[in-house]
Amino acid sequence: MKLSFVLGELAAGLRRNLSMAVSVVLVTMISMYLLGLGLLAARQVDTMKDYWYDRVQVSIFLCVEGSQYPACGGKATTADQREQIRKQLEQMKPPVKDVYYESQAEAFKRFKEQFKNSPLAEQATERAFADSFRVSLTDAGRYDVITSSFDGAPGVGRVQDQKLLLDKFFTFMNVVSWAAIALSGLMVLCAVLLMATTIRQTAFSRRRETTIMRLVGASNATIQTPFVMETVVASLLGSGLAMGLLYATVRYGVEGYLSRALLDTAFIGLSDVLAITPWILGGVTALAVLTSWFTLRRYLRV
Amino acid sequence: MISFDTVTKTYAKGTRPALDAVTLEVERGEFVFVVGQSGSGKSTLLRLAIREERATSGQVHVSGRDLRTLPDRKVPHLRREIGTVFQDFRLLPAKTVFENVAFALQVIGKSRAVIRQTVPETLRIVGLDGKEKRLPHQLSGGEQQRVAIARAIVNKPTILLADEPTGNLDPDTSRGIVALLERINRSGTTVVMATHDAGIVDNFRKRVVRLAEGKVVSDVGGGDYGASVGSVVPDTGMPGSGMPSGSDTPTRTMKLPRLGRRAPDQEAPPPVSEGTDEAGRHTE
Repeated sequence: MKLSFVLGELAAGLRRNLSMAVSVVLVTMISMYLLGLGLLAARQVDTMKDYWYDRVQVSIFLCVEGSQYPACGGKATTADQREQIRKQLEQMKPPVKDVYYESQAEAFKRFKEQFKNSPLAEQATERAFADSFRVSLTDAGRYDVITSSFDGAPGVGRVQDQKLLLDKFFTFMNVVSWAAIALSGLMVLCAVLLMATTIRQTAFSRRRETTIMRLVGASNATIQTPFVMETVVASLLGSGLAMGLLYATVRYGVEGYLSRALLDTAFIGLSDVLAITPWILGGVTALAVLTSWFTLRRYLRV
Repeated sequence: MISFDTVTKTYAKGTRPALDAVTLEVERGEFVFVVGQSGSGKSTLLRLAIREERATSGQVHVSGRDLRTLPDRKVPHLRREIGTVFQDFRLLPAKTVFENVAFALQVIGKSRAVIRQTVPETLRIVGLDGKEKRLPHQLSGGEQQRVAIARAIVNKPTILLADEPTGNLDPDTSRGIVALLERINRSGTTVVMATHDAGIVDNFRKRVVRLAEGKVVSDVGGGDYGASVGSVVPDTGMPGSGMPSGSDTPTRTMKLPRLGRRAPDQEAPPPVSEGTDEAGRHTE
């Protein structure tokens, strides 16, 4: 089978069946764009996790006068108790990485700094804050070590892990990205069904040609390759466009806007688009080949 | 070349078999007419020979291959040795005469050089030189059938199967087409032609195998169309049969329930001759 002949037949086939080819291109594009968004959202969650888990701290709040924590029993932490906690933390390296003491006044100041644009800052009083040890860990997942050692210890009001707060957020983000992936799964199903319908229709409209090919002894590969190639080319074109759209989305939406608007958060970049590209293109090719193979087995008797 | 040994083909369970225990031998270089009414099994016979269908029982051998055991992937190679021609020509309407013939070579991977050499040669053989660039709809029916024949023989097959090749043509054109098949036969190609055109069969004095309801009811060398007393009902109203049917010569026939090997049908009389008495040759 000569390549020029195959390419000529391929071009003729796509031209003859232009509207079907365009619909395969578009449906593949949309489904792959959605799938890409889902995958990128999942990578965004990972990026943020890496970023935040490095910064996440476990706070050991101490008791101050008028503390609300039940463990305090209304008594403030003594200097001895405080030193005891500090010593114990120092001995726990690793998993403890750093220990930093923040007084009630410092905490209040930091809060006012962070929320300076919010009415909260004016309503807050210093009494609402407590002295605390801010403990950063080598592995954010090991926070239970701190909890088990300090929860209920003398002078400790409460052990609070920021990771728990973040995890709620990440769970939400994960649900969003999986929903996008599931939705794109439906679209991929549409794309597959459309490919199958297109092939069936093409096989029907070209039955005279395939009959002749069969009669003069063309091999199965020769008869089927144009169908497979047409599907692969159309769906690769679609997913190529989808990758272009994703690239534009990340370039202008994320790098151009989001990461400038929200400076203290890590965002995915173009490298993430590049990382998912081979998977999407490879997956689409495999899908197109499998779909055409199955459809041809049913509708193109050889 | 082609041999059927008690071949039965049943398309759907419970229906009458399209072929019923047919035993038939076609030697290399023979020219055979297969005649019979519509539904008598002519087409099925040809379809079995190119493995379009598989026999329900019995053995089919074509050019040394046992079609019962031939694996699917080798079927294309079988078909490259067999040319096929049909009543409806089966040309590709968007391709020129040249392209239609070249298509048969392209799809089996022949090089452009081979195509450029073989296709004009073949078109000359079928009498279409000068019409390479025409599209099928610009040709007469007879010319279209010549294109189809060119396509069938362009790969130099050893066997040519023709299923009612003159079914859509007038008597004169039909004779021209069969004369062409005869010429191809003389160059060594085995030709099997299914037809119910009495005029043609009478004219060419070839071996005639008659099928009725899936059974071989007669098999005579140099026979004519009416040469088949064994047939249940004589065909009536054949399309394109402008000639008197040969039913006035019933004596030459014998009913042959089973046939052994036959000598190849060597030289046929020229198409115009009438009433050759060489008829009736057959062996048990």
